[in-house]
Amino acid sequence: MSKFKKKKSGGSPGISTASLPDIVFMLLFFFMVTTVMREVDLKIENKKPSATEVKKLEKRSLVSYIYIGKPKERFQAQFGREPRIQLNDQFARLEEIGAFALQEKESKSESERPLLQFSIKADYQVKMGIVTDVKMELRKANALKINYSTEKGIPRMLR
Amino acid sequence: MPKREAPEINAGSMADIAFLLLIFFLVTTTMDVDSGIARKLPPYDENPPETPPQMVKNNLLAVLVNANDEILVNEEYMELRDLRAKAVEFIDNNYKGNCDYCQGRRDPKMSDNPEKHIISLQNDRGTSYEMYIAVQNELTGAYNELRDRLAQTRHGRNFNLLNEEDAKEIAKDYPVNISEAEPVKF
Repeated sequence: MSKFKKKKSGGSPGISTASLPDIVFMLLFFFMVTTVMREVDLKIENKKPSATEVKKLEKRSLVSYIYIGKPKERFQAQFGREPRIQLNDQFARLEEIGAFALQEKESKSESERPLLQFSIKADYQVKMGIVTDVKMELRKANALKINYSTEKGIPRMLR
Repeated sequence: MPKREAPEINAGSMADIAFLLLIFFLVTTTMDVDSGIARKLPPYDENPPETPPQMVKNNLLAVLVNANDEILVNEEYMELRDLRAKAVEFIDNNYKGNCDYCQGRRDPKMSDNPEKHIISLQNDRGTSYEMYIAVQNELTGAYNELRDRLAQTRHGRNFNLLNEEDAKEIAKDYPVNISEAEPVKF
């Protein structure tokens, strides 16, 4: 009858994993919250054509987007079925592109302005007419660096 | 009735479930990488010159795309799949013979050297955007092919893996000269 209990022989005391789910859930929520992209609410149909010789757009903060495409079905009653231009969150007329380009330029610092790119995200079904008009407006606004946004893949015509 | 203790729920697998969810979200939330064909627009000129600058005809590769998405290259009908090879042949032709890295056939009907060549791309207002991108893609592909070839012989690796200086030099040797005129009605 000893006064002292013998220590349990061998074996390390198990680490409680009860808090592991909490940690993982924290991670999970972190990823769920942070990966939400602040994309504009697209009001037009926008399925990009595919191309193979693409270049990645670097510096996303220095890219402004111009969307072109047929209005989505719920907007067709109001805006018709013809391809329209969307800037930020709303439909825009052609003449507004110049102001938009200027505004985008103004919002960047002096040193970054020459690096500003305009990414034209046009639906593959639109005709070149509207795209050319947009390009012309950009030229007038002296926004010359552009990028035709595409998916990566072999063009449908070559498949 | 003897009082029974509520059995404890084993939370050991909770972590696994959470991990599963975590991995699911990690995999499905692919970042939308933006990529595309980069181009530089010519500056706007209030009153464009009346007469286009004179240039030797053999230096010009006129690519027309009409509203039916058909391609005409130097007044000859061409399939899209042949365009890239044609462009490569044209750019790399080296008729004048002062381009030591070119491997062209030195055809008198095609460009003097890569510096002089111009590819004029003209489309109709009714050309589909998809076709336009496909044509741009083929032309860009032609340039990339030539640049890669030159980069391979000079530095032993592809153009996009070169350092900035070497890349600049090669880009100068094979400059992208695509001129886009206003669309016309054919």
